[in-house]
Amino acid sequence: MKDKVKVNGSELDAHGLHYSELNRQILRLLRKGQQSMTLRGVNGQRYIGAGIQAKAQLAVHGTPGNDLAAFADGLQITVYGNGQDAVANTMNKGKLVIHGSVGDLLGYSLRGGSVLIKGSAGYRAGVHMKQYVDQKPLLVIGGTAGDFLGEYMAGGDLVVLGLGCTADHPVVEDNIAPGMHGGRIILPEPVPEYSLGREVHVYELTNEDLAFLRQTTLMYSQTFGASAQHILQRRFVKVAPKGARPYQAMYA
Amino acid sequence: MQRMLEGEFRIPSGCAVSGIMNCRGIRFPGNSIVDSISLMHERSNGLGGGFAAHGVYPDLPQHYALHVFYSDHAAKEGTEELIAANDWTVAHDEPIPTRKTGLVADAPLIWRYFLQADLSRDDRHSTTGVDDRMLQLVLAINDGVSGAFVASSGRNMGVFKGVGYPEDIGEFYRLDEYRAHTWIAHGRFPTNTPGWWGGAHPFGLLDLSVVHNGEVSSYGANRRFLEMHGYKMNLQTDTEVMAYALDLLWRRYEYPLELVAAVLAPPFWKKIDRMPKPQRELYTALRTVYGSLMMNGPFSIIVGWSGGMFALNDRVKLRSLVAAEQGDYLYAASEEAAIRQVCPNPDRVWFPRGGELVVGRISPQQATQPHEALATGGDVA
Repeated sequence: MKDKVKVNGSELDAHGLHYSELNRQILRLLRKGQQSMTLRGVNGQRYIGAGIQAKAQLAVHGTPGNDLAAFADGLQITVYGNGQDAVANTMNKGKLVIHGSVGDLLGYSLRGGSVLIKGSAGYRAGVHMKQYVDQKPLLVIGGTAGDFLGEYMAGGDLVVLGLGCTADHPVVEDNIAPGMHGGRIILPEPVPEYSLGREVHVYELTNEDLAFLRQTTLMYSQTFGASAQHILQRRFVKVAPKGARPYQAMYA
Repeated sequence: MQRMLEGEFRIPSGCAVSGIMNCRGIRFPGNSIVDSISLMHERSNGLGGGFAAHGVYPDLPQHYALHVFYSDHAAKEGTEELIAANDWTVAHDEPIPTRKTGLVADAPLIWRYFLQADLSRDDRHSTTGVDDRMLQLVLAINDGVSGAFVASSGRNMGVFKGVGYPEDIGEFYRLDEYRAHTWIAHGRFPTNTPGWWGGAHPFGLLDLSVVHNGEVSSYGANRRFLEMHGYKMNLQTDTEVMAYALDLLWRRYEYPLELVAAVLAPPFWKKIDRMPKPQRELYTALRTVYGSLMMNGPFSIIVGWSGGMFALNDRVKLRSLVAAEQGDYLYAASEEAAIRQVCPNPDRVWFPRGGELVVGRISPQQATQPHEALATGGDVA
């Protein structure tokens, strides 16, 4: 792995670079007051933008490694490529836009900010997402999502638009949101009864839900160029917890 | 010499796995698999790395290529006596060529034998018969000869593994000088056990090689079932139950691979109940008869064999696994970047579901590869 990295202005060439050196370069540019930077040739480097508290903008070209933007606080990151596992792990604030698909554990215990995925997500997307006072995260998945979507979810909004998935095929096949006790999931029908975790129920959208869905779909279409009208042809429903304390009986 | 035997069975690990195969059986050098696994350097901790290559000995394709580690010469002599005593003739044997690299230390004596079963025996005509005899030899060596460990025992294939990071193990064994149609690789991250050469992956058994990221929580139940079918658990790694289960169901009972996968990572009963009658009865029977061979616990495995490669996740996908295709090549790995490192723009990338089989078979109308004949390039006979 070469150590010296070519830095011209705000361009970083990440080819063959270890993630710790790459992240050091990012921090160095930020400390020098650089507000926006472009990373090229990224392939597998982990923790990009992790734990960084800054309003800067990062454009990432390639396949960022696991824990992209983990614990990030304020960064605006755009990825031109696919993300791997644990994208936006415990992200606190900021915006993350991925022009591709991602692996498992998307938005794992996400605390705030917004995450927009153009394509699909793997298993356990939005696991243990939460919200607190004004910290309310938004997680949007354009395509389909794997099982255990929204498991142990405690807050925030999780929207799956189902693009690329035929109308009769469920957008999430099984094990939707077991242990969910807060927050809201909106996804297209069909959402078969058997695919639901015991702690959740399917509800019709309220007017407020519908307005929120339209606004989110518009944001998605403006970001990725899809047609909001086409997306909203399908009928959407809400999955939410039956009660705030599903394990109450267990501890009664 | 490093302690040959590892005390602890269970190795919870966040390792790296990778596999590449050519669906037309065209053989390619080991550089790409080494590059792919080395991209996932962070997933290993230097206590184990290894590769399996299928189609690697084209000059002696029908001989069993036994790769053996010896802690000392006495172990070598003991093993060679056992080989002779079990009616095997040694067509050729030699130390496996290695390169001096400071990063791989304390290597045991590493030897390989090209064996043919004596024709005097009555089971000389049935391949399963000869396979079973080789299996008995392997179990006898690992069980009976202290300081000897058989790393692989298949035909026209070999496992090259040891203690170290996988990329250094690849350099140590000079894998760039070999060509194979299917390569699998593993980088190990054992937490509570010291690495040892025999405990590294892949785990080779006859035609199979297995790399395994994860842990077999059901090891005890699997073991009890397999021991009734003549398998001995003496290889100090929980992966062995996977290899033996595959050997039993796939080689000996000749179940189709799709059903074997449905035994190792079966559909949940609630899903079986929703199936149409024929499938419902099939999967109910499979789970009833082979319930003890379900592999519980998080895992992603990649298996190579003479006919290709397959990858499989546990039923609820508790370990990462991504697959990709481009032209004749099939890839599977713990991380997408490990695939893109050697195949920047795959035609298709996908994430297998829990229990969903990803398989690449070498198509029967295997293209004749004229250029193949030229591909000697330092091939080791």
